[in-house]
Amino acid sequence: MHGIVACEAYIPYHRLERAAISTSLGGGVVSGARSVASYDEDATSMAVEAARSVLRTVPTAARPRRLYLATTVPPYLDKTNATVAHSALALDSGALAVDMCGGVRSGAGAFLAAAEASEPAMALLSDIRTGLPGSADEREGGDAAAAVLFGPGDSDTPVLAEVVSAAAETEEFLDRWRAPGDLASRVWEDRFAEHVYVPLAMDTLSAALKKADLTPGGVDHLVVCGLPRRSVRRVAAGTGIPADRVVPDLAEVIGNPGTAQLGVLLAAALRRAGPGDTIALLLLADGATAFILRTTAQIGRRRPAAPLAGGGGAALRYPTFLNWRGMLAREPPRRPDPEPPAAPPAYRSRAYKHAFTATRCTRCGRVSLPPAQVCFHCGAIDTMVSHPMARAHGTVATFTVDRLAFTPHPPMIAVVVDFDGGGRFRCELTDADASQVAIGDPVEMTFRRLLTADGVHNYFWKARPVRRAGGET
Amino acid sequence: MASNGIRDRVAIVGMSCTAFGERWDRSADDLLVEAVHGATESASTNLDDIDAFWLGTYLSGVSGMTLSRPLRIRDKPVTRVENMCVTGSESLRGACYAVASGAYDVAMAVGVEKLKDSGYSGLTRASIPGDGTGGTLGTTTAPANFSLLGPAYAAKYGVHPRELKEVFTRIAWKNHANGARNPRAQFRTPVAASTIARSPLVAGQLGVFDCSGVSDGAAAAIVVRAEDAHRYTDRPLYVKALSCVSGDATGNVDPSYDFTTFPEVEASAREAYRQAGVHDPRAEIAMAEVHDCFTVTELVLMEDLGFAERGTAWKQVLAGTFDLTGELPVNPDGGLKAFGHPVGASGLRMLFECWLQLRDDVPADRRIAQHGRTLGLTHNLGGGPGECVSFVSLVGTEPND
Repeated sequence: MHGIVACEAYIPYHRLERAAISTSLGGGVVSGARSVASYDEDATSMAVEAARSVLRTVPTAARPRRLYLATTVPPYLDKTNATVAHSALALDSGALAVDMCGGVRSGAGAFLAAAEASEPAMALLSDIRTGLPGSADEREGGDAAAAVLFGPGDSDTPVLAEVVSAAAETEEFLDRWRAPGDLASRVWEDRFAEHVYVPLAMDTLSAALKKADLTPGGVDHLVVCGLPRRSVRRVAAGTGIPADRVVPDLAEVIGNPGTAQLGVLLAAALRRAGPGDTIALLLLADGATAFILRTTAQIGRRRPAAPLAGGGGAALRYPTFLNWRGMLAREPPRRPDPEPPAAPPAYRSRAYKHAFTATRCTRCGRVSLPPAQVCFHCGAIDTMVSHPMARAHGTVATFTVDRLAFTPHPPMIAVVVDFDGGGRFRCELTDADASQVAIGDPVEMTFRRLLTADGVHNYFWKARPVRRAGGET
Repeated sequence: MASNGIRDRVAIVGMSCTAFGERWDRSADDLLVEAVHGATESASTNLDDIDAFWLGTYLSGVSGMTLSRPLRIRDKPVTRVENMCVTGSESLRGACYAVASGAYDVAMAVGVEKLKDSGYSGLTRASIPGDGTGGTLGTTTAPANFSLLGPAYAAKYGVHPRELKEVFTRIAWKNHANGARNPRAQFRTPVAASTIARSPLVAGQLGVFDCSGVSDGAAAAIVVRAEDAHRYTDRPLYVKALSCVSGDATGNVDPSYDFTTFPEVEASAREAYRQAGVHDPRAEIAMAEVHDCFTVTELVLMEDLGFAERGTAWKQVLAGTFDLTGELPVNPDGGLKAFGHPVGASGLRMLFECWLQLRDDVPADRRIAQHGRTLGLTHNLGGGPGECVSFVSLVGTEPND
């Protein structure tokens, strides 16, 4: 049996209260908040964070041999983005990594490709959604990623749910579109989209249920996704499946994270499903796609973590949000422009730079970050072995707040981290409040985009405060 | 194998130092011409008498031609050296060893920096293609690197951050007071402690007034064999010790380093004291010019150079021990803080203050009380906590003392 063996969502730390938008721009007050990818995150880095959650407890044998990354905001064109994730996750070089970029519908394609793969495969769904200031897309959008790992299952990593059936309807019509390079999408009148989407979605769900030999009454958990909000609501209310079986869409707390929504809400469904439950996933995007899943008796073995654990932090100021999304330029510090990494040194150090792999001296046991040929402690040469540090936890040995350094979000917080089990690393602290840092604070590592220069995204690692569920540090 | 030192084998017989500051009307070439001719005049000699040159500059030029071109020096060797903020002192080391070896009779050490042409705040680094991870220093600026010392020092010695800030303020106040009396200094106005304490933060606890001046300037020294010194001057300055340590850069890698000290400074000081036969630096040295790139640096240096016991320098600072009129005057010329910090020139600027003070060539209002002591110390540091290059020299007016 090939099925879902792990599924996790990643919701970035920052939130924008919708009221903050109307405070600045006027207009009616809208309730709730949306999640916001930090200035140092993008679709790839968030996908990596979601994937790291999935792979944390997965044994080597179950690690993916195929990686499909779906997003509407690929950080690179021409160059594959999934290879960055592949490198950050230290996957075997024999594992395939490809992008499925463009429309929200790509997420369904990545999910289906992973579900139907003949070997362990992971779908990474990641998105940053916004629009012009004051738009519905800005207000209702959200930023998130999800990772869904499929595999044959074994006693360590059992199949939690299998895909029983799938169905799709494809339709070409203008409901939303965006030219490459544009910061915001354009949408047609939503009543037109509703006219096309609702019957398509109903037909698709019916087809998938029929293939699975089910009726709407047999569905225990219904997930309806998609950016056309009006259509999604109509469909969710009109399938004949009782309202209490519809998985809440998290719109009030994170907004709609586009391509990632399918995975984020699947994780929510898997969190509440019991053994033998039927989950229907329906996506409205350029047609409709439906998947019918059935949970196994092992569903309780590995529930997705609560998606808001550690999130819901610092309420963001609206101008900061606009700045992060490229809508509001700020005066840079009077410092040299940052330089992009050079290709050959970045290639040589990819195990360190992307996967945060250190070296450990086999003679004295000391861990060296960055990797070294000569041991800093015992001086031995070439006695090093690779030593993964991406999951290591540590504490702040000392710190500073740099108000002069170049950063898209000043001030830069710098910490010296001493890791449990050895190793010291000096880096930036992210998702943190400059006034709250102290010696002894517990931190963990996170994969981030440090900066972009000459079109090169400089991915590397930062520390972040270790947070418990509920957003407390 | 041993480090033997060259105690009393060479002497400084002429020096000069330009005014430091925002020299908008002077190029690096102009500053070099001024410093080199000032030094030859000071030694009552001329350029033809100099056999070889060591030029220190961090970012203001490459190759020896940075010096030979503007001065039209013909058929002579010029060695351009760079060792971060130790650059100026590195040029002195080269010149001294060249003369001590017998290779040359007369050598000149020159340092220059033209920082104010970049338009940037603070120092910048040379651009070297990298992997984007920032190495072990990360992407933080110099004030941020040094400000890492603050929380660690406060935690280790139980000093309240507010108290520590007072110590930083006292150091800046002292160096500004000293600089105000120095006609060559970049900042010539005394600054009230309250102004220093309230200045906008740059990094950590360090405010604008805790940071050294970014400036342009040049300085030069003429080095000859000790036995030849009196042919040039009645009052030469003998080189007692030259010590340089290039750190192994483990502080940002090895958790055993605690960010309250510069081990490289401690090692270079120990070596310098050994070369010069100094046993109790605080009692034996008349003055010290140390690398106060930031106020917190000067605090920690007082301990690393052996001027105060570990964990006590902050009390000594507040007690005025290192004031112009204190027991051991530190940075009587205003230091990097008030005199300014044109990187390649700074080491030689420090030597210039020893040259003036130890030879009683300063006006009474800024003259230190030597109390029979004849030694001066200069110290440079490049890099930051955890990984730095450190230089210590000792010079004195008496040979074989």
